[in-house]
Amino acid sequence: MSEAILTPIEKKPIGFTAGVLAAAGGFAGLFLGTAQGSGLLGVVIGAALMAALAFVAMEMLGEGLEKSLRWAMIAIGVVAGFLFNGIPGLIMGGLFGWFFGWFIYWVGMGRYRAHLVPYLTPGQVLWHYSFRVICGAIFVFLITPIIVVMPLSFNAEDFFTFTPEMLSFDPAGYSLKHYRDFLTNPEWTNAVKNSLMVAPVATLISVSLGTLAAIGLSQSHVPGKRAIMAILISPMIVPLIISATGMYFFYSKIGLVGTYWGIVLAHAVLGIPFVIITVTATLVGFDRSLTRAAANMGANPVTTFFKVQMPLILPGVISGGLFAFITSFDEVVVVLFIGSAELQTLPWQMFTGLREQISPTILAAATILVAISICLLTSVEILRRRSERLRGMSPG
Amino acid sequence: MTDAATEPDKITGPTPDNALRAADKADSGPVLAADGTPLKRSLNRALRAQKLRALMLIAPLLIFVLVSFIAPIGDMLFRSVENQIVRDTLPRTVVALADYDAESGELPRDEVFEAAYYDVFFAAERKEHTRLGSRLNYEQTGASSLFRKSGRGIEDIGEVYLDQFEDLDENWDEARPWAELMGDPDWIAAQEAWDGNGSMPEFEVRSDISDLLPRTAEAYEIFARFMQTEEGDSPLEEEPWSVVHTALYQDLAENDVSGYTGPRADMLQAADELVASPDFETIAFRDGFEEIDEDWVAPEIWQTIKMYSPAYTSGYFLNSIDMQKTAEGPALRDEDERIYGLLFQRTMFMSLVITFSCILLGYPIAYLLSNLPASKANLLMILVLLPFWTSLLVRTSAWKVMLQQQGVINDVLVWLGMVADDARLTMINNQFGTIVAMTHILLPFMILPMYSVMSTIPPSYVRAAKSLGATNWTTFWRVYFPQSVPGIGAGSILVFILSIGYYITPEIVGGTSGIFISNRIAYHISSSLNWGLAAALGSILLVVVLVLYWAYDRIVGIDNVKLGG
Repeated sequence: MSEAILTPIEKKPIGFTAGVLAAAGGFAGLFLGTAQGSGLLGVVIGAALMAALAFVAMEMLGEGLEKSLRWAMIAIGVVAGFLFNGIPGLIMGGLFGWFFGWFIYWVGMGRYRAHLVPYLTPGQVLWHYSFRVICGAIFVFLITPIIVVMPLSFNAEDFFTFTPEMLSFDPAGYSLKHYRDFLTNPEWTNAVKNSLMVAPVATLISVSLGTLAAIGLSQSHVPGKRAIMAILISPMIVPLIISATGMYFFYSKIGLVGTYWGIVLAHAVLGIPFVIITVTATLVGFDRSLTRAAANMGANPVTTFFKVQMPLILPGVISGGLFAFITSFDEVVVVLFIGSAELQTLPWQMFTGLREQISPTILAAATILVAISICLLTSVEILRRRSERLRGMSPG
Repeated sequence: MTDAATEPDKITGPTPDNALRAADKADSGPVLAADGTPLKRSLNRALRAQKLRALMLIAPLLIFVLVSFIAPIGDMLFRSVENQIVRDTLPRTVVALADYDAESGELPRDEVFEAAYYDVFFAAERKEHTRLGSRLNYEQTGASSLFRKSGRGIEDIGEVYLDQFEDLDENWDEARPWAELMGDPDWIAAQEAWDGNGSMPEFEVRSDISDLLPRTAEAYEIFARFMQTEEGDSPLEEEPWSVVHTALYQDLAENDVSGYTGPRADMLQAADELVASPDFETIAFRDGFEEIDEDWVAPEIWQTIKMYSPAYTSGYFLNSIDMQKTAEGPALRDEDERIYGLLFQRTMFMSLVITFSCILLGYPIAYLLSNLPASKANLLMILVLLPFWTSLLVRTSAWKVMLQQQGVINDVLVWLGMVADDARLTMINNQFGTIVAMTHILLPFMILPMYSVMSTIPPSYVRAAKSLGATNWTTFWRVYFPQSVPGIGAGSILVFILSIGYYITPEIVGGTSGIFISNRIAYHISSSLNWGLAAALGSILLVVVLVLYWAYDRIVGIDNVKLGG
């Protein structure tokens, strides 16, 4: 969408603006109305109110007074909401006021066409924005469950639900007690300790072996490459329950069930596909003439690897390692099968807690894990971009 | 650039491959390398070295994966047909049953009962009869309690003989005389000299007694070895089990011991006379078994034992497709006993629904992301990647919080007045809960492959179609959509593979109606302990997944799997 095309923005006829606003107001009124008792009344009031506001804004105040009207609407929303429903109403009312203030001018002034190419038909414009709304709803579906967990973890009660105190933003409804429990209860601290003991070792094994193998696989003449690749990726594809069953049978034969090393080995295997995938992806763009040049200048293969190849593929190796780490840190099925009471990991603790619904400490743990995954996600993204930048710079 | 590392044929510069080809083409005699060897051979050697080096790099990981992953899978496959417990626990019975016709509906011959007596007795002493009982219980209900009861009651048969021999001579219930009668003198001496350190000298039967009293010698040897190895007791100080007395009775009834002159000859001969006398009370093995439990004189248990006596069985697989072995061959179970067919169907159906919902929700997102300018797309991509990176258990617990009766969604609906407070929706512990939660969990796996395909579709095609007069719908359906199909295919297979093996989420939000075949496997591993059946169910699931994996490899190529955009 080139900036050179300037779509003319013009004021829309008041009938259109008032109509759209009446529809939107009616829609919002439907929800508010049903919440307060009468849906029909809500629709009528909402539609009338919004149509009137649109008329006032467009015909009587005009663009000049836009700022003051929008502030006024926020203020009205805040006051009305507070009278209706206390603090939560205040916030909702403020949001409503802000949204409709913006919406009136966005529709009425035809600003919605500003970023679109001028030749679109009204139907296409409508579809464009409906599509955005649909996508927005899907994003809400993706994110809401993760967001909802966070405030609930500050619940002062031992419930998995929002209490009335929490909804009215009463400080008494919130507490850090689940975090205190998470950080002091030996059940949880031991679980965290076990997870932290298993995951780095498993990651180290999968990263070191996986990187070597990925380098081997990226060479041009590997007999049976496809089959080897299929075997190495299979731990990711085979359902965990099957891996866990097989490992339980086999590891109990060789006495690894219930031992630390049993879990480490199992987790290392499960992390390998991720290392292979990320490192081979990085190696695809690796310029082999660099290693040849290094060899040409007298470096031995080990020096070449550490001085030339490793720094270039390091982003891939690290993000593979992060994947392997999160796989181990998040793994529960195999641990359930081959772990033991002393070797309970964090996911195991969460799983049993969830099954028995003991306490919202799980939600505190979940919030902390979300924070950790945000950190991991950020580092992986940064690494990926760095890797792309490096690849972009490398010749050929 | 991207192909340089993987496809040597496309490199235009000098490579071993190209050089070999050039050497083939040249007709003017072999080209020589600097050291005088033909260039072809020299290059071949270099190529071989390169291959070897690559394999050496791969080998450690390959071995690691083979040992700690492929071997366990193989073990599971083996367990799904392995059935050695019957022939290991009841070796004599299995041999005696060899010519038993299971279809006849008759009881087996008396020899079978005799063999079963010895087998069950020894199994009961080794505490193996309950394991066998629970194994056979999978095939015939009641077998478990039958074996447990028999473990307790089997003593009664031997007690009959033990009491009579003991009445004749106290020595028959003493440890030392028995040891002298049965044991090799050298062994007795060694056992007496044993000071309690190290392992005991292994019991040896005296050679002449094993010819004279074969059954007794065998039974006593098993007893003595068991005492030595399992209990750590000296057979010189332990009274033998009553099974030995039963064996003695059988031997004396059949064999003539009048010529015996070894240790304790008079004691043995007195016993022989007692057995020969008409007052001696005997009990047929069959009656003994009948006394323990009526079920032993019904043909079913014998048919079951006979059916499961081979070392390998298809029984677990038949079980996992709702069939069972009968005397007439495999047959379907009764309607009300069929669960696995339904469970497999449900697993497939729900996985399809989940895959379809993922396509439905993922397609718009992937389309939006691939058509937005890069900076905005990257920002929105984070919203897709955050769930992807968040712990599975966090997401599952979040859905529990959202969906339960007092949960967030119900609260909102009640607050909005759409649902009455006393008629809250049941959205968890059923199929709906599983489908919603798993769609959410697997959605990133659909969006990412779709996105990577869609971002390669040139926007000019769509513009061209529109400028040629196509409507919006035609443009999308005839031009854009066909180009995005590979992405849908890749995402669908991935999501389907992942969902049919899911365990955690259905376990927590699925209740009873929303569980998958994996939950049943876990149940058999940890609760019902029917490992063979778990292995068979797992093998079937594995085959399905591997077929899909193969298809995925064919369509997408496993090395094209992308993680995180």
